[in-house]
Amino acid sequence: MTSVLPESFIGKVLYLADHYGSAYLAGAKLTLLIALVGTAFGCLIGFVCGIVQTIPVSKNDSAPKRFFVKLAKLVLNVYVEFFRGTPMMVQAMLFYYGFIQYTSYRPTTTLAGIVVVSINTGAYMAETMRGGIFSVDKGQTEGAKAIGMTHFQTMLYVILPQAIRNIMPQIGNNLIINIKDTSVLSVISVCELMYHGKAVAGTYYTTFESFTIVSLIYLTLTFVCSRLLRLMEKHIDGADSYDLATTDTLAHTSGMVKYPNEPKDGDPA
Amino acid sequence: MSEAILEIRHLQKSFGKNNVLKDIDFTIYPGDITSIIGASGSGKSTLLRCINVLERPSGGEILHNGLNILDKANNVTAYRAKVGMVFQSFNLFDNMSVLDNCTIGVTKVLKKDKNYAHELALRYLTQVGMEPYINARPKQLSGGQKQRVAIARALCMQPEVLLFDEPTSALDPEMVGEVLDVIRTLAQEGMTMIIVTHEMAFARDVSTRTIFMDKGVIAEEGSPQQIFTNPQNPRTKEFLSRFMNN
Ligand SMILES: Nc1ncnc2c1ncn2[C@@H]1O[C@H](COP(=O)(O)OP(=O)(O)O)[C@@H](O)[C@H]1O
Ligand SMILES: [Mg+2]
Repeated sequence: MTSVLPESFIGKVLYLADHYGSAYLAGAKLTLLIALVGTAFGCLIGFVCGIVQTIPVSKNDSAPKRFFVKLAKLVLNVYVEFFRGTPMMVQAMLFYYGFIQYTSYRPTTTLAGIVVVSINTGAYMAETMRGGIFSVDKGQTEGAKAIGMTHFQTMLYVILPQAIRNIMPQIGNNLIINIKDTSVLSVISVCELMYHGKAVAGTYYTTFESFTIVSLIYLTLTFVCSRLLRLMEKHIDGADSYDLATTDTLAHTSGMVKYPNEPKDGDPA
Repeated sequence: MSEAILEIRHLQKSFGKNNVLKDIDFTIYPGDITSIIGASGSGKSTLLRCINVLERPSGGEILHNGLNILDKANNVTAYRAKVGMVFQSFNLFDNMSVLDNCTIGVTKVLKKDKNYAHELALRYLTQVGMEPYINARPKQLSGGQKQRVAIARALCMQPEVLLFDEPTSALDPEMVGEVLDVIRTLAQEGMTMIIVTHEMAFARDVSTRTIFMDKGVIAEEGSPQQIFTNPQNPRTKEFLSRFMNN
């Protein structure tokens, strides 16, 4: 190093940021990558689990169908309980060293990290999704069935879009938790932000200064992500008002019917 | 008389020990407009919900073009597509625009192409006076407007028979008229309908037959004139007099 470490707190922080900026950034990138990909796959896993959990079985269904649906639900319950009931740090150790010690397969630490975060998030999202599906008004299902939709079509076009919209805040929560919790992956040497923070701290005995920088980066990541998700929610909700379709008013050929409240502008009640 | 569309035979429904429908029998021919009246809790909604199998009957038969659709072998979803239902609480799809509410069944259930669905939706939305609102979401509409869209959605499926379960009960009084007018137009066009309603004057004017339900049975049935001006069953008399006085 060309320069000497300054004495003051601010000086030290600036020094570390200047000299190790690229290390912090590389860590932040990997943290974000694992959190984003892990949350995305976790949501997918959670959606599928939630959908299976809410398949209705009635006495009219065939015995094999009832058996397989019940079995699938049981397996998913075990999965959810296990991954919600053990720390992610322990899951990372089990997953990574399980492969190292008992197979010839050597996953990269990044891949191991993504898999662990995905499976862990999936367990939480399974419950969230199940709640999200049940939270959609029963009338929506009835409306869909009444026009002849199958259970699958009802789910796909009517229930899931609303369930997913309803659980968007929890998806956002999970992403933010994952950004922070990827820090535990340093136990299997994933080179994310925490890992680099520790490494830099050890070089100069500047633990407090290094983790000041690390915490600022985490804060920036979580803040930006939560804002972006908020924007996405707004986008899904659509515009507050709508345009009245401009059609020839003479096209109201069914002149027998008179409507008390003819099209007003903007947003009626 | 032409072939029956629906024959309800010995229909029963119980929830646990509660026998809500007991041995209901009636037949629907094309063009019939059947109004069903009766006190709250008499089983009117349950009857409609059994007719399109939203609720599975505990016993009896529903013959659709001669086939019992309660047989396990018969496809309930295909049958439901032919029997439209309009709910008290509208049940429009909240995640879709007015237009998509009307086209989704045509494209996904009837598997018709998009242009056809669009045309059909516009035709029926125009009929109910809601075509200027194709881009609106259900949450942005008044109750009366929602119900008119719900009727258009049901019409888009071009059903053989349309069921109405108290279509105006959830509406503010000033919106009741616009919905009843739409149903009246359908009646003039010869649509086959079963209408559960508390709008007695409307039921009398629009229907070809009136059924009075009491405690899960058809207590009396006949022409609207008969039921409303000269009821035979004391229960019918009591119900009507109580209702007219309110
Ligand atoms: N899903 C249900 N579970 C249990 N009881 C029900 C259910 N639906 C309706 N009932 C009962 O069936 C009876 C008839 O209800 P309903 O058909 O809604 O009457 P109506 O529409 O004539 O007011 C009521 O006593 C009601 O409590
Ligand atoms: Mg009712």
